[in-house]
Amino acid sequence: MSDNPLKSAMQWLARNPIWSFILLIFIFFSIANPYFFAIQNFKNILVQTSTIGLIALGMTLVMINGNIDLSVGAVVALAASLCVDIQDWHIFAGWGDWAILPAVLAALAAGTLLGALNGLIVWKTGVDSFIVTLGAMLGVRGLVFVYTKEQSFFASNFAFSDFGSSNIGPLPTLAVLFILCTIVVHFLLSHTVHGRNIYAVGGNRAAAVNAGIRVGPHMLVNFMIVGFFAALAGITLSSQMGAATPNLGTNYELWVITSVVLGGTKLNGGAGDIIGTFGGVLAIGILRNGMNLMQVPAFYVLVILGAILIAVLFLDKQLNRKGKEELRL
Amino acid sequence: MAETHTTASLAPAATERPRGGQGENAMAETRLKQIGGLLARQGIFVAFALFMIGFAIFSDRFLSVENIMSVLRAAAIIGVMALGVTVVVIGGNLDLSVGSMLSFSTVMVVDLHDKIGPGAAIGVTLVATLGLGAVNGLLVGVAKLNSLIVTLGMLSAIQGLTLIYSGGKNVDIANQDTTWFKIFGRGYIADIPTPIVIFALAAVVLHVVMAYTPFGRRVYATGGNQTAAVFSGIRRNRVVFATYLISATCVAISAIILGSRVMGSQNNVGQGYELQALAAVILGGTSLLGGAGTIWKTVIGVLILGFIQNGLLLLGFEYYVQWLVTWAVIILAVWLDIAAKRGRLWSPIA
Repeated sequence: MSDNPLKSAMQWLARNPIWSFILLIFIFFSIANPYFFAIQNFKNILVQTSTIGLIALGMTLVMINGNIDLSVGAVVALAASLCVDIQDWHIFAGWGDWAILPAVLAALAAGTLLGALNGLIVWKTGVDSFIVTLGAMLGVRGLVFVYTKEQSFFASNFAFSDFGSSNIGPLPTLAVLFILCTIVVHFLLSHTVHGRNIYAVGGNRAAAVNAGIRVGPHMLVNFMIVGFFAALAGITLSSQMGAATPNLGTNYELWVITSVVLGGTKLNGGAGDIIGTFGGVLAIGILRNGMNLMQVPAFYVLVILGAILIAVLFLDKQLNRKGKEELRL
Repeated sequence: MAETHTTASLAPAATERPRGGQGENAMAETRLKQIGGLLARQGIFVAFALFMIGFAIFSDRFLSVENIMSVLRAAAIIGVMALGVTVVVIGGNLDLSVGSMLSFSTVMVVDLHDKIGPGAAIGVTLVATLGLGAVNGLLVGVAKLNSLIVTLGMLSAIQGLTLIYSGGKNVDIANQDTTWFKIFGRGYIADIPTPIVIFALAAVVLHVVMAYTPFGRRVYATGGNQTAAVFSGIRRNRVVFATYLISATCVAISAIILGSRVMGSQNNVGQGYELQALAAVILGGTSLLGGAGTIWKTVIGVLILGFIQNGLLLLGFEYYVQWLVTWAVIILAVWLDIAAKRGRLWSPIA
């Protein structure tokens, strides 16, 4: 009786290897580096991961749907540039700190609209989301360069950059924001009709259609959600830096997809959850933070992360093979 | 006549479908499929011709020989890569690592040039790049992992390798005018810039391989239906492995052209090239699902991208406007291709 909780905990870990992995690297870095195990550092990790994490929440929905969004990195740059630029517009000169509000709203609207555009194209044309968002990745980045004239913007209002480094109680605001969003999206995915439809559409699209789900608008909504979160990530990132550069968010789609896949979401759709994605984001965050503290050169971090992504894919394949009568090709 | 019909008749047929009568609908659909089939086969040329005519009208420099030569020379680097990517995609996989692989190979060939001489540098670079391609091939072909994730991981890993190799420093060749290495990027063969000759040669060789050899047929078969291919006695693992080796070889050739053209290299020189190459492949009508596509249509895709870029610049647009146009062109091209195949403009998704 007494070993039952332990046993079920072990089983849970076996089913969700990402948390065993987190435990492993957590213990490793705690022993290997004296600065890792500190409350301040844990807060740092949460803030550092919040950017990738916010996008990963939306990406999880899109990927369970069986789609993908490669344009998130460019949307981050666009939202950041819009947000930092608009708050300095002359028409908002008399607004004081309130000038930040229309800037943030415009950035969020831009991200959501671009998501809607991606979703609409996927829905109406039937072109694969990989191609649609690959085009958008290039096009939106072009839009950023045209809009910014290849310049960086700096926030002259310090209230904006103060927000990025502020705290709510003992926790950094951005960490709180990330955790709140995680809870909301988790609720959306596991406790609402829309959430159940996400799995249904990803698992078997024909069956979902027969069950009366309007697949097109459903996917559109998910693309809007990931666009919204990419824009939100752009805003929080620019608020941390107090600036926006047109190259912001380059390779973010890589990090985000890595986190989501690490978290157990299947590329073919139909499987995955937010807790797994949270784990994936955390794993990447701890790895980057730990390797930084141990002064591993950034070059090696790139190699190690690429290797981990492939290793996880390999392990996942090995673990999931048994039980399934897979055709040996 | 067919062309004027195409766009006009696609839209009404699609909207008519729910309310139109059965017989009429079927007839409209057969005609549509004929026209659609024609468009699917030749649409890329129509688009290409329209672009060329449009730019030629608005810019008198566009169709000059010097301009065309310079566009082709610039397009050759992405072009050779796109040829290799086409083979991988026809085999049913993706290769997103070619961009960072290009950075790696270019840095390596330029760095080794002054240390061990041009000939040896080219040899070592070719071997090293083939090694990277072999890693891709083993992971996707033999371990059967998802090619999107594997090559995404390799994109990051090779970026890191490049920086480790160079220590983050840019490299360049000391005596740029005396080395014979300059022939690949700066030289001419019979008044034609060498990069164009290399691109044309690579295209012809790969076209012959894909269209006329048993190996080419095996690649199509594997990309079209893996299970059927395996049951037909095709060794799928080896075929996929070989496609990645071909892709890596193409990258090495591009790297030699690029290194010789610039006589130096930054560590991130190939960043984003994987997208441009893939865009050219998609424009050429190669299906990302595998099993369909041709080498020479990729060449057209490369030319379209190259001439759009050049034409927009000549018309006085900002450099990055071409990315916006590329966005629209990619989606339109794939959309029309799909629409022609299914005989309806709009997707049947509810």
